[in-house]
Amino acid sequence: MSSLQTQDVVARSATTTPPPQARSHVPEVAKLIDVSKCIGCKACQVACMEWNDLRDEVGTNVGVYTNPMDLTAQSWTLMRFYEVEPEPNHLEWLIRKDGCMHCADPGCLKACPSPGAIVKYANGIVDFISEHCIGCGYCIKGCPFDIPRMNPVDNKVYKCTLCSDRVGVGLEPSCVKACPTGAITFGPKDDMVTYAEQRAADLKERGYKNAGLYNPAGVGGTHVMYVLKHSDQPALTGLPANPSISPWVSLWKGVSKPVGLAVMAGAAFAGWFHYLRKGPLEVSDEDEEAAAAEAGQGTQGEPR
Amino acid sequence: MKKLQLQRYSAGQRSNHWAVVTCFVLAAVSGFALFHPALFWLTALVGGPQWARILHPYLGIAMFVLFLGMFFMFVGANVWCKEDSAWLSSASKLISEGNAAQMPPIGKYNGGQKLVFWLFALCLIVLLATGLLFWQAWFAPSVPIWLQRIAVVLHALAAFGLILTVIVHAYAAIWVKGTVQAMTRGTVSAGWARHHHPLWYREQIQGRSAKAQPK
Repeated sequence: MSSLQTQDVVARSATTTPPPQARSHVPEVAKLIDVSKCIGCKACQVACMEWNDLRDEVGTNVGVYTNPMDLTAQSWTLMRFYEVEPEPNHLEWLIRKDGCMHCADPGCLKACPSPGAIVKYANGIVDFISEHCIGCGYCIKGCPFDIPRMNPVDNKVYKCTLCSDRVGVGLEPSCVKACPTGAITFGPKDDMVTYAEQRAADLKERGYKNAGLYNPAGVGGTHVMYVLKHSDQPALTGLPANPSISPWVSLWKGVSKPVGLAVMAGAAFAGWFHYLRKGPLEVSDEDEEAAAAEAGQGTQGEPR
Repeated sequence: MKKLQLQRYSAGQRSNHWAVVTCFVLAAVSGFALFHPALFWLTALVGGPQWARILHPYLGIAMFVLFLGMFFMFVGANVWCKEDSAWLSSASKLISEGNAAQMPPIGKYNGGQKLVFWLFALCLIVLLATGLLFWQAWFAPSVPIWLQRIAVVLHALAAFGLILTVIVHAYAAIWVKGTVQAMTRGTVSAGWARHHHPLWYREQIQGRSAKAQPK
């Protein structure tokens, strides 16, 4: 589906020159997931499977509502169910729709070594272009949210596209369309932030004093955001409190690439120029004769 | 002029060396391609991007296994001793002035060569250990992500060290005339041996008088 939006690419993996972005004057979009309105019906999961034409294996029920138990190359979104006590003796059943967060600063894109296998569109969607994916799994190491999943069948990595194909023609993502309670909304990111703040204020009035927006700054903000009832404790539903690209990944994909290459090229040049300026180290004919004489063999050895 | 030739490497040792070189070049080409986008085109030399990703780990393992053969053949001659430290401390003068006669006398390998030997061994061990940790097709799914992130950095660092060492190794062989022949034909001239490795030369000519034909 890359062909639909190829002129509004603002970031492209393993690419050091600007990608085509003549049509980049579009507003950033965001999907807002209001966990306080979610009833755990999994309509979003089904809609995702249907629109994207995915067929995950039918798994086994292990006694919890979460099914499948994890994101897979065939399950790009997943309802995760948590029984937690945000305060002692106060049980809550929390549900979170998991999937790609579409970071403004995507760790997957930073880690990817294949030019154009991961792109970020001007509207904020981070998309995997499967025909360029080489199956190395670097994006998995780059992601601060543990989202990309390798498909063992074709060695390609898959994740939520935020329905880039639908959004590209003015539709909302399929999970948004399917949600029966309005827990998932979609629109310009600014509007979604404003709406999320209103929702958080409502929740605070209803007693959730720590309700708030999850739009982590460590990854530059995200284009999938949550309204959390307990935004002071995102770990309750498995979200990292302060996600950011790992410093190891930044080191690996940052300064080490140009510096490493420059030092290696410099070493080769140093050798070349040393040879030009100093010349080779040679053994003189006199040395050869002296060596042969010392060996007591004259020059009767192997002819050269 | 005919020169007296001394045997330095057997056919087996030479074959082993060049087999390691072949694996190194292919692994380095595919590794460079995945390391920096400016070198991604190198994937074409190993059959394309997917094949670079598929082959790189196997080439690395082949290089490691083949290097083990060389390691055990040459480790005895590469044990570090005091003379090597003395040689290394005068090496900068050798590089700037090119006067090998001033160097402390050494045996089959000088301090620089021994350093190269041990750096190869160290870098290859690190490359193997870290490479296995994030080998997506086999092991990465069962390795914690924090460990994989450290492993990719150490893998790049060890590859950097290995490549720099190879540059030094290859340049030294080109710079010191008569050296490359040791790894292609298996022999060096007696003058070369006496000039650069006097202790080894004396061992060789003593052995030579004991057994008439060296080859």
